[in-house]
Amino acid sequence: MSRLERVITIPGKTISEKILSAHSGTDARAGDIVIADVDFVMGQDGTSPLAIRALQEMGVDAVFDPNRVALVMDHSSPSPIEGVSALHTIMRDFGKKTGCRIYDVGEGVCHQLIPENGHVVPGDLMVGCDSHTCTYGALNVFSTGVGSTDGAAAMASGKLWFKVPVTMKVTYTGELQPGVYSKDLILDLAGRIGVDGATYEAIEFHGPVIDAMSIDARMTISNMAIEVGAKAGLMKADAKTLAWFEGRGGRVPAPVDPDDDAVYVRELVIDASQITPQIAKPHAVDNVSPIPDVVGTPIAQGVLGTCTNGRLEDFRIATEILRGKKVHPDVRFIVAPASKRVFLDAIAAGYVSDLIEAGAVFVTPGCGPCVGTHNGVPSDGENVISTANRNFKGRMGNSNAFIYLGSPATVAASVIAGKITDPREVV
Amino acid sequence: MKFQGAAHKYGRDIDTDVIIPARYLNTSIPEELAKHCMEDLDPEFVKKVQPGDILVAEENFGCGSSREHAPISIKAAGVSVVIAKSYARIFYRNAINTGLPIMESAEAVAGISNGDKVEVDADTGLIMNLTTGATYQAQPFPPFIKEIIEKGGLIEMVKDKLAAQSS
Repeated sequence: MSRLERVITIPGKTISEKILSAHSGTDARAGDIVIADVDFVMGQDGTSPLAIRALQEMGVDAVFDPNRVALVMDHSSPSPIEGVSALHTIMRDFGKKTGCRIYDVGEGVCHQLIPENGHVVPGDLMVGCDSHTCTYGALNVFSTGVGSTDGAAAMASGKLWFKVPVTMKVTYTGELQPGVYSKDLILDLAGRIGVDGATYEAIEFHGPVIDAMSIDARMTISNMAIEVGAKAGLMKADAKTLAWFEGRGGRVPAPVDPDDDAVYVRELVIDASQITPQIAKPHAVDNVSPIPDVVGTPIAQGVLGTCTNGRLEDFRIATEILRGKKVHPDVRFIVAPASKRVFLDAIAAGYVSDLIEAGAVFVTPGCGPCVGTHNGVPSDGENVISTANRNFKGRMGNSNAFIYLGSPATVAASVIAGKITDPREVV
Repeated sequence: MKFQGAAHKYGRDIDTDVIIPARYLNTSIPEELAKHCMEDLDPEFVKKVQPGDILVAEENFGCGSSREHAPISIKAAGVSVVIAKSYARIFYRNAINTGLPIMESAEAVAGISNGDKVEVDADTGLIMNLTTGATYQAQPFPPFIKEIIEKGGLIEMVKDKLAAQSS
């Protein structure tokens, strides 16, 4: 390389900068504001009605491409109350009018359905009217949550403005110990950097621990990137990612790797071998402790499911602990598969009958009781142990209840004992 | 744009689930949402707040869900402007898009107590604590954000622009 070439060499790009460059036709760098083409737009039953109203008020009666817009009824589904029934009707009518895809009651959680049905592929840019849209970062998709008005603008035009985020790089070295899962890694990260530790930033997750994980496990980590304020939680697409997309009918993947000389705002290297099962205690996701600090806390309800931990691997982990055992008589164990596909696969694998025999109560594939609209609102003073992603006060519909977050293994071990239990005792 | 009112001050990480719990998202009518604003954190909030009053909070205001019902309920409850040390990303965009003015100033938040009379000039970014006499300088809105808020939100702005194109 000549001296001149060295002088004019410009630094490499992160995954975010590359995807936003490709979708905006610009040389996008952190800090730039770009108008970009989005590959897909999604809304759920809490947010879609407002987006539909926004479109109506704007005088827009079509979406930019009906094959690239989907609305999902998952948060309160089937409807528990007439107000929600009316909102669902608005969504169904919008689907008929515009031809966009409607996932009606029982199909599952939006964040499972969008990738499962091939609506996104590696290298895509997509927005969803739900904060956990960052989930598909695990699949090398720059996906982020927006409000209904932004979602409406994207549905109408196929475009949206983005501020290109700086990126924090998190590298996991070592290997996960028995009883420790991807959920424990992301809870540990929330404990380290706090609920606003990556606000306005993207995170890239790298290292041999991520490489060794299944797609299901990776999605748990990216799902919770928003819980530290991040705009996206991105991973590289590897052979596992590409194999996962085979047969899903999606577009041709265009995987995006970061450049070796990409510029990161900061880098964190974490030895995963040192991480133990983690619990987020009420009422904040960063109020995290290693599990020994809370072992013995009595629980009244356990929850397995949600967009964080409602996939087949989560069912396998829980079933291996619960098979042949019984849920404690003072505990209600609510299980919500992330999608109908997951439900069918779990039935075929025998997990569902094992879990029901153990005392699990299955509810409709969807968000389950996570967001407090239905399916298991806790009573005053009750403690809940859940595989979900948020334990805010009132989250599950009662501000006088207490929510603890942990891995599927921690929840399974705890519902047997009737108190928070270290899963390393049972795996 | 100038706003004046009494300060209602809260802590850090005020999340969208306490601003408007999901159990009330069975409607998108602003006045209905306003009835439950901040209910799980301070059930007295909607009784105390007077039209024009100012919501003051520490870091990471509006973290959590993407629900636009959060800024809508705050605005419909009568709050004229929010002053916080920092905002969660999605809430920041949603507030602008729904026409809820928001200011970022750690100094102002530190210097304002619950109940203080406060005046905010969104055009200059000047925040005056009329009770103590102290003044603070926040960033004024950039022009395109100012335009959205002055129109009352992104929808109104788009409508105006579409109408201008067709006339």
